[in-house]
Amino acid sequence: MAEITLVEAVNLALAGEMERDPSVLVLGEDVGADGGVFRATLGLLGRFGKERVIDTPLAEASIAGISIGMAAQGLKPVAEIQFSGFVYPALDHIVNHASRLRHRTCGRLTCPMVLRTPCGAGIHAPEHHSESVETFFAHVPGLRVVIPSSPARAYGLLLAAIRDPDPVIFLEPTRAYRLFKQEVDDNGQALPLDVCFLNREGSDATIVSWGAMLHEVQIAAARLADEGIMAEVIDVATLKPLDMPTILESVAKTGRCVIVHEASRTGGFGAEIAASIAEHGLLSLLAPVQRVAAPDCVVPLPKLEHYFMPDVDQIVAAVRKTLEFA
Amino acid sequence: MSVVARFEIRHTQFLNHLGEPTQPLPDFARDPDNLIPYYRAMVLTRTYDAKAVALQRTGQLGTVGSSLGQEAIGTVVGSVMQREDVFLPTYREAGAQIARGVTMTELLRYWSGDERGSDYRGPRQDFPVCITIAAQCAHAVGVAYALKLRKEPRVAVTMMGDGATSKGDFYESLNMAGTWHLPVVFVIANNQWAISVPRSVQSAAETLAQKAVAAGIPGEQVDGNDVVALRYVFDQALQRARSGDGPTLIEALSYRLTDHTTADDARRYRDPEDVSRHWAMEPVARLRNYLVLQKVWGKDDEEKLIAECNERVQAAVNEYLATPPPPPGAMFEHLYATLPAALAWQRDAAASGKIHG
Repeated sequence: MAEITLVEAVNLALAGEMERDPSVLVLGEDVGADGGVFRATLGLLGRFGKERVIDTPLAEASIAGISIGMAAQGLKPVAEIQFSGFVYPALDHIVNHASRLRHRTCGRLTCPMVLRTPCGAGIHAPEHHSESVETFFAHVPGLRVVIPSSPARAYGLLLAAIRDPDPVIFLEPTRAYRLFKQEVDDNGQALPLDVCFLNREGSDATIVSWGAMLHEVQIAAARLADEGIMAEVIDVATLKPLDMPTILESVAKTGRCVIVHEASRTGGFGAEIAASIAEHGLLSLLAPVQRVAAPDCVVPLPKLEHYFMPDVDQIVAAVRKTLEFA
Repeated sequence: MSVVARFEIRHTQFLNHLGEPTQPLPDFARDPDNLIPYYRAMVLTRTYDAKAVALQRTGQLGTVGSSLGQEAIGTVVGSVMQREDVFLPTYREAGAQIARGVTMTELLRYWSGDERGSDYRGPRQDFPVCITIAAQCAHAVGVAYALKLRKEPRVAVTMMGDGATSKGDFYESLNMAGTWHLPVVFVIANNQWAISVPRSVQSAAETLAQKAVAAGIPGEQVDGNDVVALRYVFDQALQRARSGDGPTLIEALSYRLTDHTTADDARRYRDPEDVSRHWAMEPVARLRNYLVLQKVWGKDDEEKLIAECNERVQAAVNEYLATPPPPPGAMFEHLYATLPAALAWQRDAAASGKIHG
């Protein structure tokens, strides 16, 4: 077992699944000779050839569009959109066609495609390279939206996404690509989709998050533990469909919930979780649900990026606030 | 300064608006009997379209767009494609879909607002009609990529209107099809109108066919009301695609003789005289004139055909009207391969009729 980064885990999962399943192919801008701008597809061209590792013309809408045609023909395309801010032209195909092809043909045609894109801020990237786009997709029936938080989750969830018979939006937190290494067993075993993962057990408060923010959440939980406050940490992992029972069970135990996400606050996916807790778990709450999220402003260019990102202090403060309530 | 590229666009016509040959006909049309199936298919399409509009006007069908005036294009495309090819239509191509084996009952179900209408019993791999403009072009490129990857001698054929040629998806698709040399044929049914916007406002290009030039693929224009010309040009494009010689763009010139859809009133934006002028060029009378001139078609044949088409369409209408509505729980069927647990309660609520539970 090797210690690898999240982006290496993505590469490992892609290579392994392409080896096992000849219907899997990858396509996107610079995914071939360059191995992808983040190197997620490094080495795949040499191993699998240009028919299955496709450098596409520079056209995001059609990268998604042709993936639908391929998928309807029984291939399993894994399309890469180079940066999350470039994904919007592809939304038309994903929302209008990928998400509903199975439904509108009564299962006659299906769309087993994966759309991968890096997402999130915090790497001092140029404009349009730091967007958190999960909520756009999570609103769309027929899709699955997955965000891994660690190398092992990236490996197992990407395998699951590729094997899933329906379209999956796989958002890779750019900041976590090389943030830390983890032992990942290349055993070809997928992790379950549609479930939240319990990252840390605790009894005093529940912290719910996903993607790169889990890093800050874990540090915050450790700091709180030093003070004797035991936070339970949930990695949502699959935002759609959302595994609310796991979250509700935790909140029933702790009575307090803090939701942490890097996307801006209004209409963020934290609002959906908070609303569901209000609907189904209000009476177990001992304090109002807190959200720690980016402010409702344009993702700043690198000079101000630091102030935009939710940080450990904010998370710790939010948990304390729930504990200090009444 | 030197010229680094030149292009020309061919226009093909064999039968003029009166149904008279303008040049010797190609082999397949030497025997006029060979053209009768196209005539029959066009008349059936016209009968179906008229019935669909009548059903909408009497509250028995949803909004629907008729192919009145451009029946030749879809009829030829749908008839000449091989069964194992894949068709990706826009929403005004009942003729092509019927020729592909989609039943009129299925079409009526779809246009009445029932998803089951897109579960074609016949052409299982054909795409459902694409309502968003030009998106089907990209899907066709993906289908063609899969066919080529598997080395299958099959072709993806997609149809679109003239308005679609202004969309990015159209350009991107031609470009990708060209760069990968894919077995795909793009057919523009240029009926001169995108709802209220005429072809002249849509693009400053002299022809829509020349949009192929920038993608490095062949593009040609054909008289879209001339069945012989359509088959001649489309045959060649299919042959090129099937033998590995790559994609083709065909611009078929026609005219929308009726409203955009039943929700439109074209009198608001176009001159009735312009429409009248184009009635003189429409494809059904044109081919009938030719067949009559060749003495292979007469009054009795015509009456018999009309009666037969009316009967077939009415049978489809009866079957469609007898279709029980889908149950509310069907909203969740085929949403995913397996409905996620998180949605079970919504499905159950819908199935019990308490949709907003």
